[in-house]
Amino acid sequence: MNKSVIAIAIIASLSACSSLGVQPWEKDQLARADMALDAEKLDLALDDHIYFSKEGTSGGRAFAGGGCGCN
Amino acid sequence: MQLNKHRNIASALAMASCSLVGQQAQAVTPDSTLDDWKIDAALMYYGEQDRVQAIEAIGNVQKSFGDTSLLDMKLVVDSLTGASASGAVAQNSSQTFTRPSGNGEYTIAAGDTPLDDTFHDTRVQASANWSETLTPQWKVNGGLYGSKEFDYMSMGLNGGVERSFNKDNTTLSLSGSYTYDVVDPVGGRPVAFSAMALRKDYDTEAQFKAAFDQTRLDGSDDKSTADIMLSVTQVLSRRWLFQANYGLSSVSGYMNDPYKILSQVDDTGTSQNYLYESRPDTRLKHSFYMMTKGALDSGVVDLSYRYSTDDWDIQSHTLETHYRYYFSGNFYGQVHLRYYQQQGADFYRPFLVAGEPLPEYASADYRIGDMNAYTLGIKFGQRLAGGHEMSYRLEYYQQNPENNGTQLFGQLQNYDLFPQVKAIVAQFSYSF
Repeated sequence: MNKSVIAIAIIASLSACSSLGVQPWEKDQLARADMALDAEKLDLALDDHIYFSKEGTSGGRAFAGGGCGCN
Repeated sequence: MQLNKHRNIASALAMASCSLVGQQAQAVTPDSTLDDWKIDAALMYYGEQDRVQAIEAIGNVQKSFGDTSLLDMKLVVDSLTGASASGAVAQNSSQTFTRPSGNGEYTIAAGDTPLDDTFHDTRVQASANWSETLTPQWKVNGGLYGSKEFDYMSMGLNGGVERSFNKDNTTLSLSGSYTYDVVDPVGGRPVAFSAMALRKDYDTEAQFKAAFDQTRLDGSDDKSTADIMLSVTQVLSRRWLFQANYGLSSVSGYMNDPYKILSQVDDTGTSQNYLYESRPDTRLKHSFYMMTKGALDSGVVDLSYRYSTDDWDIQSHTLETHYRYYFSGNFYGQVHLRYYQQQGADFYRPFLVAGEPLPEYASADYRIGDMNAYTLGIKFGQRLAGGHEMSYRLEYYQQNPENNGTQLFGQLQNYDLFPQVKAIVAQFSYSF
């Protein structure tokens, strides 16, 4: 049940994409370095490593991955 | 003195000029576009109260080749020491356990949660990724990964393709990765559900060694992980963007934690045996992730939610946010909040009961049990001359394991079988 709700939400958000957005010259704020999705790459990598080691689930933002014997 | 004074005046002037230029000033980053090398380095300390301590150093080098190619290389070295919960339950008398290697033993005092203090490891990890913009719409990337620690080795490769639509307002990406891991535990791989051999039960060292060897399998084992991720990033407005990811991860192979055990207790709650855990050898995980990020006049904010589920019946919800505020063009403070809630694996058992039939799989590892956890963090960052940046981060992380509904009886009722874990994270980062 939960899964299908989320799937519908994602499909709905995809179908709405074509009408959303801004003109190229309106992207000044979005082009800021701190608006990049990987703006704090090292913090995110370190956090992922901690939570991967200490919790039962991993991934989501990036690959769930292997590479550690900790969970 | 004189120099400092000048420096203070200079920084005051810099701050004043930034405020004159207005809030846009903070968006100006004199970095990678001017220089095609970018280096980020960080040193992190992670310390749990009375348990694991870790130091992790990470270095990331990014080099662009023209406007279309980007090489990203990362090196991580970490070192772990300290104790971790073995899975055994606290008792009203002291308990003695055999070390994973079979050489030596350790004793836990009455009433204490059994922690295995043999835990120490050094890990080195390296990865490299190449990304190539083929046309204004199409981008591809690929990478290699490897890591090695004393009892574990991992190698992986990944690749992805990205397509943008709608004047670059919408980006769809599909990526995949494959990782191959080799596990070679200290003392060998324990036979699932075999009982820990204890020295006191044997007259001679040779008899003990023979019994210990009966609980072990020779050689190493392996594990393969295949991941697929589908992602859409959408510009919502001049200041807001949204990302949604779906990830599928399939793992097969050796997934036991060779250092975890379960107490097998009688009807008074007294431990009779310690059995090595047994987990399934396949796992299929799904994750759904949504994030929105906004550029504010004086900062930046993001908010994300992740739902994850798998065929071990572990389900989790994660809510996370970062809010950054610029005190000046060169100095910011940031708050990080995260809440995590997990429903444990269907084979999670805080302990086993002697006389009852063994389940097919069981693990007392609290990390795959019911729990919630939260993180509170603050960070301060400062932009320096020449595009350099320095930041400090301090976080508090607390895990609250919970009973999954197992009835406690006898002496087990006297102890906290689900103790909290409290940790501090301190980090220093430098970019140039």
